[in-house]
Amino acid sequence: MLKGHQSWLFHTKPKLVSAASVVGPFEGRGPLANDFDIVHGDSLLEQESWEKAERTLLEEAANIAIERAGIAKEQVQFYVGGDLMNQITSSSFAARTLTIPYLGVFGACSTSMESLALASYVVATGGAKYALAGTSSHNSSAEKQYRYPTEYGSQKPPSAQYTVTGAGAAVVAQQGTGPSIVSATIGRVIDMGIKDPFNMGAAMAPAAVDTITAHFRDLQIGPDHYDLIVTGDLAKVGHTIAAEMMEKHGIPLHKTRFQDCGMMIYDYETQMVQAGGSGCACSAVVTYGHLLKKLRSGDLRRILVVATGALLSPTTLQQGESIPGIAHAVALEAASDSE
Amino acid sequence: MANKKLKKLTPTQQEYQRLALSHMEKRPVAVNSLRAFLVGGLICVVGECIQQMFIQWGGWDKVKAGDPTVAILIIISVLLTSLGVYDKLGQWAGAGSAVPVTGFANSMASSAIEGRSEGIVLGVATNMFKLAGPVIVFGTVAAFVIAMIRLIFDQGG
Repeated sequence: MLKGHQSWLFHTKPKLVSAASVVGPFEGRGPLANDFDIVHGDSLLEQESWEKAERTLLEEAANIAIERAGIAKEQVQFYVGGDLMNQITSSSFAARTLTIPYLGVFGACSTSMESLALASYVVATGGAKYALAGTSSHNSSAEKQYRYPTEYGSQKPPSAQYTVTGAGAAVVAQQGTGPSIVSATIGRVIDMGIKDPFNMGAAMAPAAVDTITAHFRDLQIGPDHYDLIVTGDLAKVGHTIAAEMMEKHGIPLHKTRFQDCGMMIYDYETQMVQAGGSGCACSAVVTYGHLLKKLRSGDLRRILVVATGALLSPTTLQQGESIPGIAHAVALEAASDSE
Repeated sequence: MANKKLKKLTPTQQEYQRLALSHMEKRPVAVNSLRAFLVGGLICVVGECIQQMFIQWGGWDKVKAGDPTVAILIIISVLLTSLGVYDKLGQWAGAGSAVPVTGFANSMASSAIEGRSEGIVLGVATNMFKLAGPVIVFGTVAAFVIAMIRLIFDQGG
């Protein structure tokens, strides 16, 4: 199980038997629209508040994932989840509706892979037959909590990112059909002293590099082991920084494809998203919607998803503290490869 | 200033900050200034037209016509805010839409709308001045300081 310093190698290879992605209207106008299970036309989802809308997204994603796994809600032993809201209320309140025993986790936007890694660990060690991992974010609730009111007319710099409205959920099982979860690397908190909340990519890039480097070291593999290494939400600025840092560290990144979910979900030409997407849902919906389909179709065989998170709060920011970053990596393998 | 900030950081952090800065896309200052000039100017032209209408057809004098003019600009701004237009204008126009009175109205209206889900009193009323509050505080302080200066040096009035 424990491999190296900070990685888990799942010998039993738990399966990602089903997943679901639900997004808002803005994501529905992006290039990956056809890969999502539900695209809502109204970002409020006919709810009274942004917070309730976010919760609804998460509940929908969880329900679809469970239904698609062909099991009843009662068969899922644990739900591991988190989100960006204060006291992770979106997840807790969704767990109230789901009535599945619940472990709330927080890793900011890295929560998608943090929850998947933990759910896989629980399943791999025999702690559960089925475990659910899920996360969500909503552009308006995140803007409201972290930045300005949604209708406030402020000008964002080119390095700013756009929080994805959506939710992703996945069911991990001991047996079944679907991609295998091969390994996971839990990241350290890395702080390079970036204080600009409109440059989260630069704040998180060192954490992504640290986790990817640790993953290769722990599992004694190189980038060529994967068809695709994808970071969560570094967007344009952070992604180029991460690529340059790895080049400097002597990692032969050119042997694989290195992409970023935050750069895949929107169309830079037609959508006003500055550097790209961000938020818990960014890596969640791209992985559970888009990448999983590619794993199933055989376009991709082995991928490493490195979800990145900026562990700041509006209070720490106003008190002049820098933005710590974190990244968690999970390796997925197409079904045919794991036999 | 940048060097002073960097001094507190470790050498590794300093090196990284330099790397990060080199990848930062600069704010397009020239384009932003031009847009701010155009939109800010346009808002003022609209204001001037409204004021002239009050003077020409309403029979108000120039000082008195200012009040209803501002009121109309505020109503337009609040309408555009609640229709979800002003924030998009703000991204394009920057200071052009933020500096005139319409920007102040937008900051209050947007905060009020945002707070609605937390109720009328604690939501709308409490949040309304969240962004506009500092403007009022510093406006009042500045007025006080100027008034004191005038009182001391310009006793004759």
